[in-house]
Amino acid sequence: MSTQEHDASVYEQVQGSAEFQDLKRRFRRWTFPMTVAFLAWYLLYVVLSGWARDFMGIKLWGDINVGLVLGLLQFVSTFLIAWAYSRHAEKSLDPIADKLRHEVEEKTK
Amino acid sequence: MSSTTLGMILFLTFVAATLGITVWASRQTKTAADYYAGGRSFSGAQNGLAIGGDYMSAASFLGIAGIIALSGYDGFLYSIGFLVAWLVALLLVAELMRNSGKFTMADVLAFRMSPRPVRTAAGVSTIVVSIFYLLAQMVGAGALVGLLLGIESEAGKLWTIIGVGALMIVYVVFGGMKGTTWVQIVKAVLLMTGAALVTLLVLGKFGFNLSALLSQAATTSGPSGNSGSFLVPGLKYGTEAQGLAGKIDLISLGLALVLGTAGLPHILIRFYTVPTAKDARKSVLWGIGIIGAFYLLTLVLGFGAAALVGREEIVAGDPGGNTAAPLLALRIGEEIFGPVGGTILLAFIGAVAFATILAVVAGLTLASSSSFAHDLYAHVFRRGQASERQEVVVARISALVIGAIAIGLSILAQSQNVAFLVALAFAVAASGNLPAILYSLFWKRFNTTGAVSAIYGGLLSALVLVIFSPVVSGGPAALFKDSDFSWFPLSNPGIISIPLGFLCGWLGTIMSKEYNAAKYAEIEVRSLTGVGSEKAVKH
Repeated sequence: MSTQEHDASVYEQVQGSAEFQDLKRRFRRWTFPMTVAFLAWYLLYVVLSGWARDFMGIKLWGDINVGLVLGLLQFVSTFLIAWAYSRHAEKSLDPIADKLRHEVEEKTK
Repeated sequence: MSSTTLGMILFLTFVAATLGITVWASRQTKTAADYYAGGRSFSGAQNGLAIGGDYMSAASFLGIAGIIALSGYDGFLYSIGFLVAWLVALLLVAELMRNSGKFTMADVLAFRMSPRPVRTAAGVSTIVVSIFYLLAQMVGAGALVGLLLGIESEAGKLWTIIGVGALMIVYVVFGGMKGTTWVQIVKAVLLMTGAALVTLLVLGKFGFNLSALLSQAATTSGPSGNSGSFLVPGLKYGTEAQGLAGKIDLISLGLALVLGTAGLPHILIRFYTVPTAKDARKSVLWGIGIIGAFYLLTLVLGFGAAALVGREEIVAGDPGGNTAAPLLALRIGEEIFGPVGGTILLAFIGAVAFATILAVVAGLTLASSSSFAHDLYAHVFRRGQASERQEVVVARISALVIGAIAIGLSILAQSQNVAFLVALAFAVAASGNLPAILYSLFWKRFNTTGAVSAIYGGLLSALVLVIFSPVVSGGPAALFKDSDFSWFPLSNPGIISIPLGFLCGWLGTIMSKEYNAAKYAEIEVRSLTGVGSEKAVKH
């Protein structure tokens, strides 16, 4: 392998540490449910487009109907989730990840 | 001056500028990290623009505007799927890949598995996905040639495609990732400017009243007698005539769009061009902003073309609708600035569309030649014994060969809608690549047999289902019109092949006892913390 070889046991130590497990939990607890949520929200939209056409065609303002508004809401939710993730990562993931990285880099020097 | 002459001049200016960039980039490209990853020295914002440039392909610009213009609401579904897909890349893939890989998608998979079989599988699937995508771009080029350059003869089209292909080979062979990234950035800025300009003009014409634009679109281009249906789903996908299969096809398309992005090789290698995982995150955030804004613009462009150009004229320009956006530019320019204005606007939009195709094709060629050189040549054929220099030489040669293959395939270009062809590439990427990537980042037990069966299982099932679908034979716009050997009713295989990819990966894994706890600890710690990740090159 062309990547740097480290002592594997260091990684196993870090992996077993409470701090790393905390980082992993924070990462997965946020991203996994969120992924399920936005995929479900998106699939709901696709399913409605297939099976609830009368509903999608209800006019709200002039010729702007439910389908168009729901579609634009998909844009809004995508922007919001991206923004929320970056806040989450900066506040509760990056500090722990940076600390662990420094520690491991010290150990493997 | 005619619009074709002006279009040529604008396009040649773009070519001259990007060739200048390529010469500059080639002088800066010394190591393998320079060639494959642009020295990992791009900023998050720069790479975000380049992500936009890679993603806003001819399919997005010409294809989506075209589908919206012809099928109204159903075209909008594409934009939404293409955009939401970026959340998968942001939340699950971008940062972890940047931390644990080096140059290609296979680096992440080969990390904790037996490298040769896994790299072979990943290399094959990278090349197959890229070629599907390349084909779509080249079809777009073919559709544009006639309209924009006034070239109608078959020989003329042939030479234009060969010219486009030759240019892209030059970008990739000499400029590597650094040159290609800058070409993407320039093109992204031009494309956003052009699309925003036409959008503003269209909205201005309707007094910035979206509802007025929509009703005009429905009256001009909607089905006669039932123009209201233009704004509700069901004109193109899952029409009543297609029955249940049509509606399931809609779900299948939706799945392929939303899960494909995070498996596209030319997108994945973008995450390696920045110094750290945080920059990878930033670049995806920039990308989401730019791409989202762009799709909102194409919504107006599509409905604008339906309202102002009209269905008949769009179909006459190109049966798949791919020339709707340039036709709209011509019409709105004429209405507002007179004939000269229309000419200039059409020339500008046409030159931008060509630049788009050129840039995306360069990105795809780079992704597939990198995978060939780094995965197949250096690690499989030479068993890791190749020097960096040899690897880069092979990458350049394979860029030349893959470019030539792309030119050859594009000569077989058909009248399919470009966005639709890209949807097939997304389905292949989501089935063949995504399961293996997600399993190897998140599943402790995953192993070599699992990775190899996930890739081949997903890839083969997607390909087989496409071959026996109405797209290839039996359908109204089939590739082979004279024969019918189709038995699979859906035109997009995603709903079957994506779960099959995941299933094969799971089955393969549990059938093999292999498991490397130490390596999993390493990839898990590295991917989440960035320990030992590849550093930026300092010159």
